[in-house]
Amino acid sequence: MNTEILGVILMYAIVVVLAIPLGRYIGKVFINEKTWLDKILNPVDKLFYKLSGINPDKEMNWKQHLVALLTLNLIWFLFGMFVLMNMTWLPFNPDNNPSMSPDLAFNTSISFICNTNLQHYSGETGISYLGQLVLILFQFISAGTGIAITAVVFFAMKEKTTDKLGNFYFLFIRSCTRILFPISLIVAILLVFNGTPMTFEGKDIITNMQGDTVRVSRGPVAAFVAIKHLGTNGGGFFGANSAHPLENPNYITNTIQIITQMLIPLAMVFALGYVLKRRKLAWVIFGVMTIGFLMLLIPTVVTEMKGNPAITKMGISQTMGSMEGKEVRFGTAASAYWSIATTVISTGSINSMHDSYMPISGMNQMLGMMVNCFYGGVGVGFLNFYIFIILAVFISGLMVGRTPEFLGKKIEAKEMKIAMIIALLHPLLILVSTAISSYLYAHNPTLYAGWLNNPGYHGYSEMLYEFTSSSANNGSGFEGLGDNTLFWNITCGVVMILARYLPIIGPVAIAGILANKKYIPESAGTLKTDTATFGLMVFAVIAIVAALAFFPALTLGPIAEFFSIK
Amino acid sequence: MKSNIIPAIRLTIVCLVFFAGIYTIVILGFAQLAPNRGKGQIITQNGKTYYANVGQSFTNDKYFYSRPSAVAYNAAGSGGSNKGPTNPDYLKDVQSRIDTFLVHNPDVKKSDIPADIVTASGSGLDPDISVEAAKVQVKRIAKIRHIQEDDLQKLIDQQTEKPLAGLFGTQKINVVKLNLALDNIK
Repeated sequence: MNTEILGVILMYAIVVVLAIPLGRYIGKVFINEKTWLDKILNPVDKLFYKLSGINPDKEMNWKQHLVALLTLNLIWFLFGMFVLMNMTWLPFNPDNNPSMSPDLAFNTSISFICNTNLQHYSGETGISYLGQLVLILFQFISAGTGIAITAVVFFAMKEKTTDKLGNFYFLFIRSCTRILFPISLIVAILLVFNGTPMTFEGKDIITNMQGDTVRVSRGPVAAFVAIKHLGTNGGGFFGANSAHPLENPNYITNTIQIITQMLIPLAMVFALGYVLKRRKLAWVIFGVMTIGFLMLLIPTVVTEMKGNPAITKMGISQTMGSMEGKEVRFGTAASAYWSIATTVISTGSINSMHDSYMPISGMNQMLGMMVNCFYGGVGVGFLNFYIFIILAVFISGLMVGRTPEFLGKKIEAKEMKIAMIIALLHPLLILVSTAISSYLYAHNPTLYAGWLNNPGYHGYSEMLYEFTSSSANNGSGFEGLGDNTLFWNITCGVVMILARYLPIIGPVAIAGILANKKYIPESAGTLKTDTATFGLMVFAVIAIVAALAFFPALTLGPIAEFFSIK
Repeated sequence: MKSNIIPAIRLTIVCLVFFAGIYTIVILGFAQLAPNRGKGQIITQNGKTYYANVGQSFTNDKYFYSRPSAVAYNAAGSGGSNKGPTNPDYLKDVQSRIDTFLVHNPDVKKSDIPADIVTASGSGLDPDISVEAAKVQVKRIAKIRHIQEDDLQKLIDQQTEKPLAGLFGTQKINVVKLNLALDNIK
């Protein structure tokens, strides 16, 4: 079998093998069972509580959880704005990189606290090492936020009737210190020994073999790259992200990085099974997510390995596949695999340039973000999936004429309204903002000529992709888009805020309300949710919502481009 | 909200010290044990140093070419062309790269030119080319440098990096290392 395909199979197999025990570990961390790291980390956590003046035993209801989360995030945002706008006089700036403009700092600060990591700057020239360190902090705590709030939803899905759902700070600190910190450390050390730089020295100057003098950017890259993937953040240390040969030097680091980014999203599903003691439900959810993932993955890998038909027509050999924007050390299969992994999982890091992918591959990348719950980002991917479960329960309840119940709790009008609003929010944000930008571009083509790097359908796809990525809190881009302008910084910033916090608030509210309801024991009349039939139902709901909402927009972009290939 | 603000500020400061400070310092400590103390892998030849993983521009006919680059191999920045697959200007660029390649390598059949040597990489700093891309340049270099083609083939075989464990990923050649070895052939 082709070695490139074998490599891809290896990457997926390792991640599943690691995610199952990690899921059990995460479950233990959530419900405070003993783990072998307790000895080292119990004192660390105590220090956190003491220094921050937090009582980790105080139970919160769902509203108190959200207030704690939003307050923390607001402080982070303001802190991020301050640092990014004052980098010139702050320390750790050996290359004398400039401070960010207010609109760029707004976009960047939001982007990193929202776990999006959309970047309208280039790491080499747009940010100091201090700025990068603050971004490392944000990558930890934004991922910790997602994991902690998902734990709250897990607790709310338990059978008992309660409004007490644990303590947010307790869950948040544990997620950071016991899940993200130890794994990041291991990954970063593996990367350092494989050639990823970790230094605070500035750019180096070297003379190349042909005599040109060039500068080589360096920095504390390994620390950054480890948490960027583990927390499904995805922002690159360098402009080219993980396509950069220092950020991702070889096939081993590429494999490590792709495993790292898929690890927690998969493990969260198994953590759910552990916390609720419902293994079968976890496997049904995992099955639906995996089928969705494969349906996007396989056509993309096949398309990319076939190569660009327009280049085949020029009469050269494309045995390696479509190589524009891809690195030889990864090859087309591993690049295509990464491009789908990073978009379904909301990482948004790249190891090849998505703008140069074939139209069908570009469409699959966008679909991954439009659905945004085939595994999904750390924590929040499950929250999105939860919304689709609620919708599927309700619809199947109507179809078979039973009261819609999920895990023994009756789903009523209020929960359905919230679920519908959240399900429709994502298409609304993407389509309205793309419509506005398309209108502006179409009516002022000379004024906004710098926006698009490609003409026609593909240019439109660049705008659609940018907003899809913002709204999915993904952060990758069709990077041809000239996006460091007031319009893109502000609109994407606003889209990211709405698309981050509303889809957190909605599911937490639903789960909190359901937790308060009376538990109805299972009977012969209960709709079973841990069966393949129900899994199929959830899949159908996802497909219908995503397809109906986005098909017209995709038709104008990648589908039209596909049919224009002669 | 109010009762949350002070703990939130204090928690942010603690996290900053722990995750931006202690975490990076620990890794920096490990980096001191890594090759070249974590400053990127280096090759030294004839007193000059090069980064092993950072590609260089090779346009001179006496060297094996590297891939086209959107940033001209200046590692102060990085990036790809971001050209879409159907962009007519882009396709013209590729066509002209093929034509140029054929002018400089008149003995090569067009159908033997591998795509990676006429398309730009994602980072603009790709240090590698495919084995086919090296082989297709042998005739030109043999003529210019007056070296036997067989010797160049051997050099390519020596420099070829096999897939991981022989099973996973691509086969490739690091152009910087290849050209350094080429300069060593007298």
